[in-house]
Amino acid sequence: MTNNTINKIRLVQGNEACALGAIKAGATFYSGYPITPSTEVAEHIANKFPRIGRHFIQMEDEIASIGAAIGASTVGHKAFTATSGPGFSLMQELIGYAAIAEIPVVIINVMRAGPSTGLPTMPAAGDVQQARWGTHGDHSIIAISPNSVMETYYETINAFNLAEQYRTPVLLMMDEKVGHLRERFEEDEANEPVIMYRPAPKEGEKFVPYANVECGVPHILPLGKGERYHITGLTHGETGFYTAQPKAVSKFVGRLSDKIELNVDKIAKIEENYTDDAEVLVLSYGSSARSAHEAVKTLREQGHKVGMVRLITLWPFHDAKIAALCEGKKAVIVPEMNLGQMAREVQRVAKGVPVLPMCRVDGDLMTPDEIIAKVKEVL
Amino acid sequence: MRPVYEKYFRDNIPHIWCAGCGNGIVMSAFARAIEKLGYDQDDVMVVSGIGCSSRMTTYIDFNTLHTAHGRALAFATGAKLSEPRLKMFVIMGAGDAAAIGGNHFIHSCRRNIDITAIIINNAIYGMTGGQYSPLTPTGKKATTAPYGNIDRAFDIVELSRGAGATYVARGDIYHAAQLTNQIVDAANHKGFSVLEVVSTCPISYGRYNKMPKPTDMMQYIKDNTVSVQKAATMTADELKDKIIIGEHFKIENVPEYTEEHNKLVAEVKKDYLEKLKGGAK
Repeated sequence: MTNNTINKIRLVQGNEACALGAIKAGATFYSGYPITPSTEVAEHIANKFPRIGRHFIQMEDEIASIGAAIGASTVGHKAFTATSGPGFSLMQELIGYAAIAEIPVVIINVMRAGPSTGLPTMPAAGDVQQARWGTHGDHSIIAISPNSVMETYYETINAFNLAEQYRTPVLLMMDEKVGHLRERFEEDEANEPVIMYRPAPKEGEKFVPYANVECGVPHILPLGKGERYHITGLTHGETGFYTAQPKAVSKFVGRLSDKIELNVDKIAKIEENYTDDAEVLVLSYGSSARSAHEAVKTLREQGHKVGMVRLITLWPFHDAKIAALCEGKKAVIVPEMNLGQMAREVQRVAKGVPVLPMCRVDGDLMTPDEIIAKVKEVL
Repeated sequence: MRPVYEKYFRDNIPHIWCAGCGNGIVMSAFARAIEKLGYDQDDVMVVSGIGCSSRMTTYIDFNTLHTAHGRALAFATGAKLSEPRLKMFVIMGAGDAAAIGGNHFIHSCRRNIDITAIIINNAIYGMTGGQYSPLTPTGKKATTAPYGNIDRAFDIVELSRGAGATYVARGDIYHAAQLTNQIVDAANHKGFSVLEVVSTCPISYGRYNKMPKPTDMMQYIKDNTVSVQKAATMTADELKDKIIIGEHFKIENVPEYTEEHNKLVAEVKKDYLEKLKGGAK
């Protein structure tokens, strides 16, 4: 192997892969406040951003962190922040701000066990419903849950792409295990990731910052580059100014949801393994999905008709696809590191199929053996 | 409308402010100040929080960002750090600057980032209808202090000083021409500059505190303001309850944050590129 090849293959931690993904995605601004187990993201960015002329700032708290990131995004920067449970709770109001003002921003949440300070150094998936509903008011959201170091890298890039493409906050819901995991890191040079930028008007085209366009995502221009306009967290009409006119509000709030929910086919990534002839399905995500995958593989080797579905995208939840996958199954088992948060979604769409939550909230990972035993109960 | 207002106001007036409110006077002074400063409107960004004062960003024709309660400085910090060429102003009320946003305020003072913070102090939470704020004087009445406020008020000048601000001035809406110049001076200071503007809220403050008419409050400000220069000749007793206006302090030669940041980035980048070149040899 040449030196070059050796340099390209490295042992990298999940949090570092996230930082590398952000750099690759073209992020130029990071603001954050240290919190376990996400801090390495900030440390890597603090180290690497100045070398390439980009901006890192440590703010006074998590609210300031997401505020500064949104501020940087309004003037044209791809911006992000990283945090964990308590910080994610603090950020909720401004996640809603980014949603209503349609400002692209990426929030990395390396989930730890809660509530409150909880188990700061241990993994959990307790924030996945908070990701969907944490901020007040109706809106939709995009949330992604990678389960490996390489996937963290590529899904961080995807998170930025989606934030830009849909003018929306995107949440990368890692967990402590994925964040602190060290795995082989090697970019797929044959498949360079596409890097996307926010939709801008073509030259000569009139700019309407909150136009009710058919695709749901109006053009956006940075403030301070010659097109003066107004951005607000109040409900607003097409020009960006406050409106309380019921028809306009209804159209606007509807569009905020529709632009994501109606594009679920394009956004939601769901990985399937052995689902074709499966009688029992295991559905999981994040680190739990690693154990689940191992369990399903073993069960297949033993000749059992078990399939595996992994949600890479948690939100928007692909109702139709999950319903179709669950149809006719003897049971669907949902291992996750919370008390059944995503299992509720599966139950909601899997009409007539028993959906069995498999929960763990003690900071330990689920083992493949535990999942195998659970599946065997229903086989 | 005078040409200066035609130029800097958007066409969405009438505003939401009550008759007798001081916000309009501050807004007019702001327009006149920008004219004096000669800034290109495209280069000016004005960020506000939530409250009556914060609605100003709706009416003035710049790059305007109306954020969340208390968080204007956080948004402005991100925008200013990433685009330091922008002339950054933040308009806040008592809640934005001294209550829910107090943490961002003290850290902005400490950081000395080149932002001009205009804090409109009408001694009350106006938009929610007259509850006491951290700037309501002790003993005054509010809807949530119907028997008198037992809380002590912040002194913005001293708070800023303690937090490490490098420029603090206080103005008021009675001395409107002076206010224009104060905004100019604050903007010309390189670093974080604080301008407290003592204002009026006859509806939600004056009515509960024996100053029901807009003119009562204006008269109160007129009668109780003394200049920094004059205050220096007065005793503590004489200064009790007086509003000391003018430039309270200005500290030069404190590093400005975005400049330090850009210097650091330039150095690190240069070293890194040299290291890469060295490695290729």
